[in-house]
Amino acid sequence: MNPRVLKWLAPLVVGVLFLGGWEWMVRAREIPHFILPGPWLIAQTLVRDWHTLSGSLWITLQITFSALAAAAILGLVLAILFAQSRVIEMSLFPYAVILQVTPIVAIAPLIIIWADNVLLALLICAWIVAFFPILSNTTVGLNSADRNLVDLFRLYGASRWQVLMRLRLPTAMPFFLAGLRISGGLALIGAIVAEFVAGTGGRESGLAYRILEAGYQLQIARMFAALVLVSATGIAIFAAMSWLSHMLLRRWHESAGEQP
Amino acid sequence: MATLSGVAKRYGTGTLAVEGVDLALARGDFLALLGPSGCGKSTLLRMIAGLIDPSEGSIAFPADAAARKSIGFVFQEPTLMPWATAVRNVALPLELAGTPRREAALRATDMLARVGLAGFENAYPRALSGGMKMRVSIARALVTKPRLLLLDEPFAALDEITRFKLNQDLLQLWQAERFTVVFVTHSVFESVFLAERIVVMAPRPGRIVTELAVPAEDRATPEFRTSAPYAAHCREVSHALESAMA
Ligand SMILES: Nc1ncnc2c1ncn2[C@@H]1O[C@H](COP(=O)(O)OP(=O)(O)OP(=O)(O)O)[C@@H](O)[C@H]1O
Ligand SMILES: [Mg+2]
Repeated sequence: MNPRVLKWLAPLVVGVLFLGGWEWMVRAREIPHFILPGPWLIAQTLVRDWHTLSGSLWITLQITFSALAAAAILGLVLAILFAQSRVIEMSLFPYAVILQVTPIVAIAPLIIIWADNVLLALLICAWIVAFFPILSNTTVGLNSADRNLVDLFRLYGASRWQVLMRLRLPTAMPFFLAGLRISGGLALIGAIVAEFVAGTGGRESGLAYRILEAGYQLQIARMFAALVLVSATGIAIFAAMSWLSHMLLRRWHESAGEQP
Repeated sequence: MATLSGVAKRYGTGTLAVEGVDLALARGDFLALLGPSGCGKSTLLRMIAGLIDPSEGSIAFPADAAARKSIGFVFQEPTLMPWATAVRNVALPLELAGTPRREAALRATDMLARVGLAGFENAYPRALSGGMKMRVSIARALVTKPRLLLLDEPFAALDEITRFKLNQDLLQLWQAERFTVVFVTHSVFESVFLAERIVVMAPRPGRIVTELAVPAEDRATPEFRTSAPYAAHCREVSHALESAMA
């Protein structure tokens, strides 16, 4: 069979079998909805509660993408600073590591207390999680320029700025994009985890709060519906970042051959 | 053009890479640096290029101080920027010197045609064969019209056929422009085919042991590569190399 078809068909068959089996089991054993709803009920709930859920999805998306954008910009700027000066790198890098290794659940309560706006607090949490892969990847990338090319630039009397713009940044591009791909998923996780910790309600709530709320009310189908949206968002972000990376690198980078 | 006197290089690791090198380069020379691996050929070349400083001795450009700034360098690998097309790669030295982009692109296109790559201006390096990449690299080194061209085993990674063709083309470019060439190689045949002056080096510590000449009259023989004088020079150079290593 055509491998391209197989690539799509095989997981699709597995998915359909899995969902079918699930639905069948729930019906055959008459499992109550508040323990395990079937996929069909989850789909119906998703449609019925779309109004509330989409509002929350929108909030979560906003937090995730603002955090990702902030992580990308700050990560890039800081990596460039690191590449320019060893002293800056040596003085700041340990703190970036500390920020990375401290579990976000442990810092989130503090941040929520300090930031007077919950959305801002969530954004900061998501940013902290998303920031490090971009910083470390880009730092490695900026330092990976071909030795001989560096010499060539020196031979032609290139300025620091020219070396950065024409050599180091293009070299770092695939590294930065790989970091962005990891950080996309992490920003979503950060946004969700922080909201769990915050546990806020009201109009301005993201998907995590919908999951908590549905749990309290034993509306398990709704909980699943929110979960489906979280997963779908994660997949969409990963696909979007892969696509972006593919488009930017396809002309010249080896990795771009493997992407969709 | 350039005078090396008493040049030595000791790396930070303590390795004495070259020692006591005296060498005078005249304008229009085609000089081959021949020697076994590790005898300091690359080190010497990088010192002439000004990429590293000698630990002892001096490298001067007495007659023509501007020549120090007019150097083209070709590495063993093509060393192209993978994100840039052939023409942008060749235009790089011009653009770094502030030539407007369009003019740089025009000159780069001309240079690509001169190394036999007309029509490949917009190809990315990964779409080019090893030999073609090397041609791009040579075009980049020549686009600034350098007075001194330094090549560090430029064709060592290529197959025999491609290498032969590139040797011929390099020789033609040199005959047309008469820039000064220092060509590092560890192939006796290549050195005799290309160079008028063959400087033989020996390792530990890297030093010059002897210099041999291939007169222009010999080179002018038709089918030089299969001629008797060619074979004689190859034998002579091989002997010199052997006694250098003994
Ligand atoms: N950056 C460096 N740091 C320390 N030692 C070096 C460095 N570069 C070269 N050397 C040492 O200097 C000596 C000469 O090296 P060099 O690369 O100049 O030799 P070469 O003649 O070009 O050899 P090859 O034919 O293998 O390219 C070697 O012993 C090598 O180990
Ligand atoms: Mg070498």
